[in-house]
Amino acid sequence: MSHDALSISCMTCRARESSFPAIFLVWRADIYKNLIGKKNSSIIVAELAPHTDGEEMEIVRPHRARTNHHNDAVSTLPLYRSAPSLEVRLEDFELFAMDRLRVLKGISDGLSRGKKPEEMEKLVKDLWKANMGHQDASEVVNKDIISHFVLRLVYCRTEDLRKWFLSMETALFRHRFGRERSDAQRALMAEFDLPCKPVSSAEFENLKEKLSQVARSIIGQQTPTADSIYYKVPFEEVPELVAGRRVFIHKGYAYVAMNQVVSLVVTQFRSNLSKALILTNRFSFKIFTSIMFRLSALVFLISFLYALSEVMHDFVLVLCATKCIIANTNIYKLSSVVAFAYRKWTSTIREQEKDRLTPIVEALCTSYLGPDYSRPKEFGEISINDLDQLAESSFPLCMRHLFVKLREDHHLKHGGRMQLGLFLKGVGLKLEDALAFWKAEFSQKVGAERFDKEYAYSIRHNYGREGKRTDYTPYSCQKIISSTPGVGDHHGCPYRHFSEENLRAAIGRMGVGGRAIEDVMDKVRNRHYQLACTLTFEAVHGSSCDAGINHPNQYLNDSQKILQAKVNAAL
Amino acid sequence: MVAGRLFPHADIFKWMSYGNDGKHPGCDNSYFGRREFSFTLDNDIYLRFQSFNSASELENAIKEKCPFKIDIGPVYSVDPAKRHAYAQGGDNNVFSPVERELIFDIDISDYDDVRYCCSGADVCLQCWPLMTAAIKVIDTALRDDFGFSHILWVYSGRRGVHCWVCDGKARRLTNEQRGAVADYFRVYKGNENSNKKVSLPGPVLHPFLARSYTDILRELFEEKLLSSQQIFSTEERYEKILSMIPDESVTSELRGKWQENRRSSNDINVSRWELLKHMLQSGKNKAQGLRRCVEEIVFAFTYPRLDMEVSKHMNHLLKAPFCVHPKTGRVCIPIDPQNCDEFDPTTVPTLSEVSMYMADDYLLICVTSCSGELLQELNTGCLRADVGNGMLI
Repeated sequence: MSHDALSISCMTCRARESSFPAIFLVWRADIYKNLIGKKNSSIIVAELAPHTDGEEMEIVRPHRARTNHHNDAVSTLPLYRSAPSLEVRLEDFELFAMDRLRVLKGISDGLSRGKKPEEMEKLVKDLWKANMGHQDASEVVNKDIISHFVLRLVYCRTEDLRKWFLSMETALFRHRFGRERSDAQRALMAEFDLPCKPVSSAEFENLKEKLSQVARSIIGQQTPTADSIYYKVPFEEVPELVAGRRVFIHKGYAYVAMNQVVSLVVTQFRSNLSKALILTNRFSFKIFTSIMFRLSALVFLISFLYALSEVMHDFVLVLCATKCIIANTNIYKLSSVVAFAYRKWTSTIREQEKDRLTPIVEALCTSYLGPDYSRPKEFGEISINDLDQLAESSFPLCMRHLFVKLREDHHLKHGGRMQLGLFLKGVGLKLEDALAFWKAEFSQKVGAERFDKEYAYSIRHNYGREGKRTDYTPYSCQKIISSTPGVGDHHGCPYRHFSEENLRAAIGRMGVGGRAIEDVMDKVRNRHYQLACTLTFEAVHGSSCDAGINHPNQYLNDSQKILQAKVNAAL
Repeated sequence: MVAGRLFPHADIFKWMSYGNDGKHPGCDNSYFGRREFSFTLDNDIYLRFQSFNSASELENAIKEKCPFKIDIGPVYSVDPAKRHAYAQGGDNNVFSPVERELIFDIDISDYDDVRYCCSGADVCLQCWPLMTAAIKVIDTALRDDFGFSHILWVYSGRRGVHCWVCDGKARRLTNEQRGAVADYFRVYKGNENSNKKVSLPGPVLHPFLARSYTDILRELFEEKLLSSQQIFSTEERYEKILSMIPDESVTSELRGKWQENRRSSNDINVSRWELLKHMLQSGKNKAQGLRRCVEEIVFAFTYPRLDMEVSKHMNHLLKAPFCVHPKTGRVCIPIDPQNCDEFDPTTVPTLSEVSMYMADDYLLICVTSCSGELLQELNTGCLRADVGNGMLI
C-alpha cells in the first residue's frame, strides 16, 4: 500500500456522512512518513465535524468569510455552538492549544488564589492579549475556535478533566462577554435564545422599591432608574445570582438587571458546553472505530496516538484509548499494529520529549490533575500507633487541626471526617485500622454501639466498600480551600478559614514564629493560601519546597522525605 | 413489626407517584418503581437502593423486613434495584438521579452556641421557637420568592424538622440550582475557628432578609429569646455578643455601662440589649456601619441554620415522614406552617400511644395532633395540581 493511496483514502473518507459529534483528525501520508522516519514541519487537515443537534454550522473559513461581513456591532466572541470546518497546520494545531491552555491555567491560578472580580478582569484581559492576540482579527477568531475545539477533545475524557475545562472556559467566556459593548451583548443574548423577557414599565413601577432595595444591598450596584432594563427570568436560570442574593425574586421569577445579564448568558454557555463535552466523550471512541473500518488502521492509529500524546502528554490515556479501539473493533490483528505503533511512539517521541514538551505541559499534567494520592505509594502502610507522631511531624495544618480536635472532642462533623479520613487513607491507613482509629475516639463521646451504627458505614464507604463502591480520593488543596465550613465545622483550609488570631496561634503551635509567621500572614492577606502553607512547610522543616504545596498528602510525603534524609544523614 | 402495621403505605405511594399511578392517561408507570427507598434494619443492616412497583409491594417489604428507619432517595433514570444490570452495558451514566423533592433539614443541635437551655439532641419549649422561626422564614420564602406551593414540613422525631418541596419544578432542579436556593438562605459565614458568624454587607438588607428580620426574627429575639435564653445575663454570654462588634471603643464603653447597672429592676437582658441598640444606632455610630451589628446579632441568634449538604444534592437520603424515631419513639408527623407556633415537640404522639390504635386510625392521630389540611394537601393537592398542569414527569 503506497503512502499516496493512504492519503487518498484519508481524504475521501472524511466521514461527512458520519453522524457523530466529534473532532477527528485526518493525517496525510507524509506525516506518517515523518513519524516513521525523519520529522519536519507538516500539514494536517483537521476536520472538526459538526454537531448533530440540528444546528446550523458556524462556518468559519480562514481569511475569507469573517473578513467579508465584518461589522462593528457583531461580536467576535464565538459561542462554540458547532465545530467549524477548517484547515490547520500541525504546528498551529499544537501551538493554539498550548496558548489557550496558558490562558486557562492562568485563570485557574487566579481563581484558586481567591482574586477579586476586578483583579480577575485585568488578569484575563492580559492573559488573552498575551497568548491569543494577533494583528489580524480573523486570525484571532480562528485561533480562538480551533484551540477551543482541540481542547474540548482533549478535556472530554474524564469527569475531572471536564469539570476543570468547563469552569475555566466559562470563566474566560464571562470576562470576555463582560467586555463586549451592550449592543453586542444583546446580539449574543439573542443568539442564545434565552428564556427571558424584558420587564414592562408598568411592572417595573410596581417593583421599583424592591429592585432598588436589592441594588442597594449589593456594593457597587447602581440603583435602578426609569430607563433601566430588567429581565424577568425563571430563578433556576440564574443560579449564581440567586445564590448571592443579588436579584429580587418573586413567585419563581428573578429580576435581572442589564449589567447582571452576563450571569444568565454564562449559565447558558456553561450548560451548552457541559452537554457538548459529554457528547464528545461518548461518541469520540465510536467515531474512531467506525472510521477504522474504512481507513487504514495503521495510519489512523499512529495519528491517533501521536495526536493524543502531543496534546496530552498522558501516556496511560493513550494506551486506554488504544485498548478501547481494540476491544470495540475486535480485530486481533490490530494488536500487533498497536504494539508497533507504541514502539515507534516511544522510540521517536520520547527522545525528543524533553526538548519538545515545554514546562507548561508538564505543569498541566501534574498541577491540576496530578497524582490523586488515593493509593499510598512511597511509604506504604502505616499503623495507628504512628499516627500521633506523624501528625506532629508531618501533617499540614489543616489535617493537624482536625486530628487534634478529634483527639480533644472525640468527634468531628461530616466535612471534617471526610477531609481527615480520606487524607489518612492516602497516608496508608488501612480500612481496619481506620475503623479502629475512629472508633477509639468516637466511642468516648457517642459510645461504641452508636459508632458502629452511624459512623462505620461512611468510613467503609470512603474505602469503596459500601454504596456505589467508588474508591474516593483524598481532597486536594483546591477542594479544601473552596469548601465552606459552617457552625461546628473544623475542616477547610486554616489559612483561608481561620480568623487571623486563631491562625497565628495555630501556626505558633507548629513551632513557627518571628519573621516566618509574618511572611505567612502576608501571604494569607493576599489570599495566597497555598503559598502560605508552603512557607509554613519551609519554616517547620528548615528546607525549601520549590514545587509548592498542592495537596495535603504531598505535604506529608515531602515532609517525610526530608525527615528521612535527615535520619539517613545522621546515620 | 410496628412500622409494618402503622406506616401509611398507600398514602406514601400516592404521594410519591405524583399522579403516575396508572389511573391517568399518559402517566409514567415506571415512575414510582424508580424511586430509591432505603431501610435500616434492627441489626444495623443498611439496605440501600430498594425499589417497589406498588403500594402493596412496599407494604409487604416493610412487613417482611421490619425496618426501624425508612429513608427516601431520588427517582433514578432506571430501577435502582437493577442498577448493576444497567451498568454492565458499559455506560456509567445510565444510572443517575433524575428527580427529587427539594429538601431541607434543620437540626436544633446546630444552634448550640446560641441556646443555653439544652445542648446536643435535647430540645425543650425554650429553644423550640428557633425551629418555629426557621419554618416561618423558609416557608414564606419558598412560597413568596420561589413560587412553590406544595410544601410539607415534618417533625424529624427528635431534634429538628424536615421540609419537602414537592412542586414539579422543585423536583427537577439540578444540583447546582439546589445549591443556589440553599445559598440564598445562607447568611452564615464562618466556622468554629473564626469569630465572624453572620455577615450582612451592603448598605441595606436584601428584601428577603429585611422581611425575615422585621416580620419574624426581631420579635423572636426581643420578645422571647432575650429573657428565655438569658442572653445577656452573665459576663461570658455578653462577651460573646461584644465580640461581634468590630469597634473596640464601643465595646469597652458598653462593657463598662453593663457592669455598672447590675441592679436594675427590669430584666437585665432587656435593658442591656436596649443599651446596646441605643449605642450602635445613635448618630455617631450609624455612619460607621455599626448599625448593621444590631441586625447581625439578631441574625446570629435566630436565623435558620440549614444543613446545606442535604439540600444541595439530589441523591441525599431523607427519613420518610411517619417513621418512628428509634430513640424517642416519637412519630415524624407533619407540621402545619400556618400554625407552627402551636406545635409542641414534647407532646408528639409516641409509638406506645399510637400502637394502642389500629392501623386505620393511625393517620387520624397524626392529623388530629397537627392539622387536617396538611394531609389533605399531601394526598390530593400535589397530585391534582401536577396532573392539572400537565406536568407528569
